[in-house]
Amino acid sequence: MIAELAVPFEYGYMLKAMWVSALVGGVCAFLSAYLMLKGWSLMGDALAHSIVPGVAGAYILGVPFAAGAFFAGLLAAGGMAFVKARSRLREDAVIGLVFTALFALGLVMASIWPTSVSVQTIVLGNILAISDEDVVQVAIIAAVTLGVLSLKWKDLMVTFFDENHARSMGLNVDWLKILFFTLLSACTVAALQTVGACLVIAMVVTPGATAYLLTDRFGRLIVLSVAFGAGTSFAGAYISYFLDGATGGVIVTLQTLLFIAAYLFAPRHGVLAARRRRIEALGART
Amino acid sequence: MNLHPQPAPAGTDAVAAPGASISLRNLTVTYNNGFTAVQDASFELDPGTICALVGVNGSGKSTVFKAIMGFVRPAAGEVRLCGLPVAEAISRNIVAYVPQSEDIDWNFPVLVEDVAMMGRYGHMNFLRMPSRADRYKVDQALERVGMTEFRKRQIGELSGGQKKRVFLARSLAQEGRIILLDEPFTGVDVKTETAIIALLRELRATGHLILISTHNLGSVPDFCDRVVLINRKVLAAGPTAQVFTQANLERAFGGVLRRFNLGGEQLHDDEDPRGVTVLTDDERPLVFYGEGKGQPLAADNPPDKKPS
Ligand SMILES: Nc1ncnc2c1ncn2[C@@H]1O[C@H](COP(=O)(O)OP(=O)(O)OP(=O)(O)O)[C@@H](O)[C@H]1O
Ligand SMILES: [Mg+2]
Repeated sequence: MIAELAVPFEYGYMLKAMWVSALVGGVCAFLSAYLMLKGWSLMGDALAHSIVPGVAGAYILGVPFAAGAFFAGLLAAGGMAFVKARSRLREDAVIGLVFTALFALGLVMASIWPTSVSVQTIVLGNILAISDEDVVQVAIIAAVTLGVLSLKWKDLMVTFFDENHARSMGLNVDWLKILFFTLLSACTVAALQTVGACLVIAMVVTPGATAYLLTDRFGRLIVLSVAFGAGTSFAGAYISYFLDGATGGVIVTLQTLLFIAAYLFAPRHGVLAARRRRIEALGART
Repeated sequence: MNLHPQPAPAGTDAVAAPGASISLRNLTVTYNNGFTAVQDASFELDPGTICALVGVNGSGKSTVFKAIMGFVRPAAGEVRLCGLPVAEAISRNIVAYVPQSEDIDWNFPVLVEDVAMMGRYGHMNFLRMPSRADRYKVDQALERVGMTEFRKRQIGELSGGQKKRVFLARSLAQEGRIILLDEPFTGVDVKTETAIIALLRELRATGHLILISTHNLGSVPDFCDRVVLINRKVLAAGPTAQVFTQANLERAFGGVLRRFNLGGEQLHDDEDPRGVTVLTDDERPLVFYGEGKGQPLAADNPPDKKPS
């Protein structure tokens, strides 16, 4: 029995899958702490779809997919920021506008140059069959992002919490935002290869949302979020060995289970705790 | 609010604020919709001053603050802080600003003490690791605005007045030589207001320059050395005694102020010809007493008759 449970650790490809997933899950979770708070949760999804024309373009030009995807992601993030800053449109409308525009462009490109149908493989993502080059690429993206975020997390927090105050301290707010969206685009590309486009959104929303229910301090929120993201991704890859694939689905299912647990049982912001306190308050009065 | 007036800790505030100054030269601000909110405004302020910025709603008070912070770009003219251009003064942490309303997400997972600590970020290294001195200054700032007992609260779980005090604490922790307060008294009880005023007096004594907008005309002569009256243009600027007169205020507010004239037999049963004029823009009336255009009465010497 025990021996059976240890089997995934004996295969090189499984070890690789588990560690890469954990890395990507951790980084996406870090970003999710910010995205969730700013009401930008859908941006992860939007970016994942916007990447399609980049992949198609990269195929046509014969450059690496990741480069095209990253470029398209930047374009999307920049486009959203630009439209938002110069109009009164709400965040969700802007995100919807930009990403459908790019997604449509991707579809058009794919239909004009039918050879680029391999877009599909990127969209689904397959961590169990990840190539060594991709591992290196994902590892670099994750390491750089984690590094930059751990140095700049407080500056980003002030920027997203109170932009005017950030300015009044002499922080370069615009630069920080560009930095953030660049990292986000890069990580979306990395996450695509592990869980696939459809599930990227879960990676950049659920861990942060879960942590938010458990703490009122941003620093702790980040730590919890990263722990959830990395932990569930590692475990998800591990479990998927026994289920024969569908790594992304397993990871996101685990994240969702954690979220539900926090939603019900969180000590301060959980549903049950709130109920208990209300009942206690009523009891104290009578 | 329990304010504990404290002597400035040696070597901090007292030397932190030499030479604070604000200078507006022909400042004109036009918003994107083409509306000119401030036109050709000029005034100069020196260290150790509390200056009131007074005018009707929409007269451009908040716009002046935003221009001083560099949040709106002047269409013409310039602002200099301590002789420096705005951007440079800001990057040196010279200015602390408490806006009229906080444009922030109150559900953000930060505690009261975290917000106060944000005031210190500009003084920290690029990792923003608080030192013991930073922690001490945050403790002091929270103590001075009477928010120590709420320091572990999430900021959304506070009342309106308490929220204001948190951002006041942040600006204190920031230790700017110039402090800009945009209507800090709105929605604040009299006790807190008195405490804030005491605090401002302390800051003035240590050489800070404070620019404050308010609709509480009654308390202006009480603690402000100078007044700038504004209605798109600067109507008058200078020492309170010269500028804060009945004639000027009527000019600044037009018919907007509630006004009560009490004179003759209503007020005295002797031959005294003087009358009382009560001007009010808010709950706290401003009282003039004397013949014709009287001198403002300080609020710590209130009239015992209230207009009915
Ligand atoms: N972002 C903006 N775009 C266009 N016009 C604006 C903007 N902000 C303010 N205004 C206009 O500029 C004028 C001055 O506004 P400001 O906020 O400076 O007034 P205020 O003196 O602070 O008023 P209050 O006492 O109500 O706070 C107003 O007429 C206002 O309608
Ligand atoms: Mg205003």
